Amino acid sequence: MAEHTSEHHIVPLKYYFGVFALLMVFTALTVWVAQFDLPGLWNIIVALTVACIKATAVVLIFMHVKWSSKLTQVIIIAGLFWLAILLIMTMADYLVRGGWGVLGVQPN
Amino acid sequence: MADHAAHVPGLAHHFVSMEQQKEAGTIGMWLFLLTEVMFFGGLFLAYTIYRAKYPDGFLQGSHLLSVPLGGLNTVVLIVSSLTMAMAVYYSQLGERKKLLGFLTLTLILGTVFLVVKYFEYAEKFHHNLFPAYWTYNPAADHPPTQYHGHVQVFLWIYFMMTGLHALHMIIGIALLLVIMFLAHRGKFTKEYNSPVEIFGLYWHFVDIVWIFLFPLLYLTGYHVGGGH
Repeated sequence: MAEHTSEHHIVPLKYYFGVFALLMVFTALTVWVAQFDLPGLWNIIVALTVACIKATAVVLIFMHVKWSSKLTQVIIIAGLFWLAILLIMTMADYLVRGGWGVLGVQPN
Repeated sequence: MADHAAHVPGLAHHFVSMEQQKEAGTIGMWLFLLTEVMFFGGLFLAYTIYRAKYPDGFLQGSHLLSVPLGGLNTVVLIVSSLTMAMAVYYSQLGERKKLLGFLTLTLILGTVFLVVKYFEYAEKFHHNLFPAYWTYNPAADHPPTQYHGHVQVFLWIYFMMTGLHALHMIIGIALLLVIMFLAHRGKFTKEYNSPVEIFGLYWHFVDIVWIFLFPLLYLTGYHVGGGH
């Protein structure tokens, strides 16, 4: 059988406080940036980048995936890949049809 | 091996060791959460398609939402994720009182979220912004905008996504009450605490959904001036 890689690992509280601080700062940042009408797609790019960073921190630290088994990590990545198929392949179809604007930009 | 296993409290007979049992539970929960990702993913896809089609309707619809209330709920959920993480920490140390304390804080914060959400929904209903109201009352007082139909699409998506999220919060609170009951009964120890940790995964997942909902729904139209 496999070796026991995951002995009783208790994540120190400082990690949790660190993620908490990051989440609060990035929430403030995303609200602050949203006040400005940035050119092109930059509003949504900034908003989604900040959201992805926050989500990654929650998954890795709060949900302990940083210390999880390789099997768990591979399953999660496979699931996110599946979500990417749903979003990217559907949008790749929709956005090349006529009469559709690109996100945030009105079609002519 | 079998009788050795039988003496470990909390270890089900079909698992070889506590590690294997915990691993199985964790993977099982993650598989469930990934089906949830696809479940919400369909709604995020609908959001993306209609935002691409009706960008102005989405800006105006988003502008109808309250950034202070949405921001408050974001902070409430972040703090509740911290208290949940700390509950897991103290369950691993076998400190029952602190475990119960942080579970209680998590419960209170989850309830605060739903109360704020209730006031937001009530305000939307009060201003005839629930889309079904327009559908069934064509003569109803529409918000003054030339993008009625497009704003309506945004509001349908807003109510579907936040409604499904709120349903997950309600289910989470119900599960949390079960975990609290078991913790109160002293069911969790230093050796056996994976139900707390696995419930924590669910709670953090619901937080992550909100991390995406807040900017996409509330902040999209924040830079649009003029009030509503």
